[in-house]
Amino acid sequence: MIALVLLAILVVFSSLRFDAFASESNIRNILTTASVLLVVAVGMTYVIITAGIDLSVGSVLVFSGVIAAKVMGALGGEGLTAILLGLLACLVSGLGWGILNGLLIARAGIPPLIVTLGTLGMALGSALLLTSGINLRDVPTELTITIGIGRLFGVVPFLVLIATVVTVVAGVALALTRFGRYTYAIGSNEEAARRSGIDVGRHLIKVYALSGLLAGLAGFMSLSRFGTTELAGHQTDNLAAIAAVVIGGTSLFGGVGTIFGTVIGVFIPAVLANGFVILRLQPFWQQVAIGAVLIAAVYFDQLKRRQRERGVTR
Amino acid sequence: MADGPVLELQGVSKSFGAVQALDGVDLEVREGEVMALVGDNGAGKSTLIKCVAGIHTIDAGEIRFDGEPVQVSGPKDAAALGIEVVYQDLALCDNLDVVQNMYLGRERLGPLRRLDELAMEQTARETLKGLAVTTLKSVRQTVAGLSGGQRQSVAVAKAVMWNSRVVILDEPTAALGVAQTRQVLDLVKRLGQQGLAVVIVSHNLSDVFEVADRITVLRLGKDVATLRVADTNQQQVVEAITSDAPADRRAGIEVAPA
Repeated sequence: MIALVLLAILVVFSSLRFDAFASESNIRNILTTASVLLVVAVGMTYVIITAGIDLSVGSVLVFSGVIAAKVMGALGGEGLTAILLGLLACLVSGLGWGILNGLLIARAGIPPLIVTLGTLGMALGSALLLTSGINLRDVPTELTITIGIGRLFGVVPFLVLIATVVTVVAGVALALTRFGRYTYAIGSNEEAARRSGIDVGRHLIKVYALSGLLAGLAGFMSLSRFGTTELAGHQTDNLAAIAAVVIGGTSLFGGVGTIFGTVIGVFIPAVLANGFVILRLQPFWQQVAIGAVLIAAVYFDQLKRRQRERGVTR
Repeated sequence: MADGPVLELQGVSKSFGAVQALDGVDLEVREGEVMALVGDNGAGKSTLIKCVAGIHTIDAGEIRFDGEPVQVSGPKDAAALGIEVVYQDLALCDNLDVVQNMYLGRERLGPLRRLDELAMEQTARETLKGLAVTTLKSVRQTVAGLSGGQRQSVAVAKAVMWNSRVVILDEPTAALGVAQTRQVLDLVKRLGQQGLAVVIVSHNLSDVFEVADRITVLRLGKDVATLRVADTNQQQVVEAITSDAPADRRAGIEVAPA
């Protein structure tokens, strides 16, 4: 259903300003802008399906970018080796924060909201400490001109390609594998999952580790795109990702959701922001509109749940 | 082994701090037999189930399976032996469908470690058919949309799908209406007829007398009586549940297992 909302938005903008909105370069622009958030939101989808939440993703993204910039700077700031080790550093630091989140939630039993609020502060604070609050620019030029702004066959931006691969793999894993099935089961009824022999704690650690890993990857993508660590640029990424996931039909109560929905949920805000600019409306309207869409999405989710509790089957 | 009890408990004791929840309980159940476990609140029924299921470890005594002493230190151990427990709250995932619930934790995988949905659906359907559970519209509907009796049936089907030999049902009819209670009692009887050893915990003595072959009465953590349904009546069972002098009565009414 939410896909129809996106379709309607696309139709409206296209009919108002077809030449500007539906042009190849503008479509590419929307896709590229959305790709970093999409990668984060894919991880968030898994987390929210387990009835959890990960507020730390934006900070982990920045922290991972800082670590990568440090590593690449230390290696001379140029060359393939520096780039690959920078990527590795991003992924490892993202994974590390994710595992920390998972351990605190699954083993220490602290609520996800609190744990990830804590690591949000810790990761961002650490990033600022490491940089003294000044953005690092030790990003190899080869990286920014290839992954950052380059395109496959001159058509598909590499950032979009990366986001697409991540999304497809995660979508397939969620729908068709045991890992995905356990994610739904835990969000649906944790006790039932445990009694069915699922190692709930272990699975939760993996899910938060995945979210951290993808935030780390997003950090590398952001670094490639902007050529700087963007210390102040990701403070609302967590909320944007959560909003996208929820707009996409994933229930905050857990047990329900799809990666496809999240894709739609990422693109509704992205398309609105782009369209408002093209229509020369104040872009701030996008925030107002997204707020309304978010509330509506949750309202419909609760309506569905209430109907089900009354025993009405669809 | 066919003649001996499948599951046998001897002198099983379990305490939680100062509370002696189970005190030297003996119990046995054979293939094709429905054994009812009755007793007042706090008599130790749930604790006993949890000991057999591996959720609690026993302090003293012995659990034997097919005559062999066994250690049950987790739900996986119990499942490996062929002991399945259907808990009162059923523990189904509302958002998952019937097939997904029945296979939860033991999914079948196809090529590339993909879930083999077709094979799972087929086996689930056969299992439900074998238990004469026919009220489900589709095995692909979510459990949230099922009635209480249907949910109970799915939980039981989930338990018996794994070549299990002992099925323990905790208050299977507690929250059900008349017609649904009937569904579930018929299902319990069929489990016995199919050769499973069934232990049913219940407060409802008319249910117990309808489906059980034998009744074991627990009181304050002790097994105070084991009665054959054919040789007793509800009055006698109620007395055993509430009696203050278990030792005498036990000597009077205990029957040797068949």
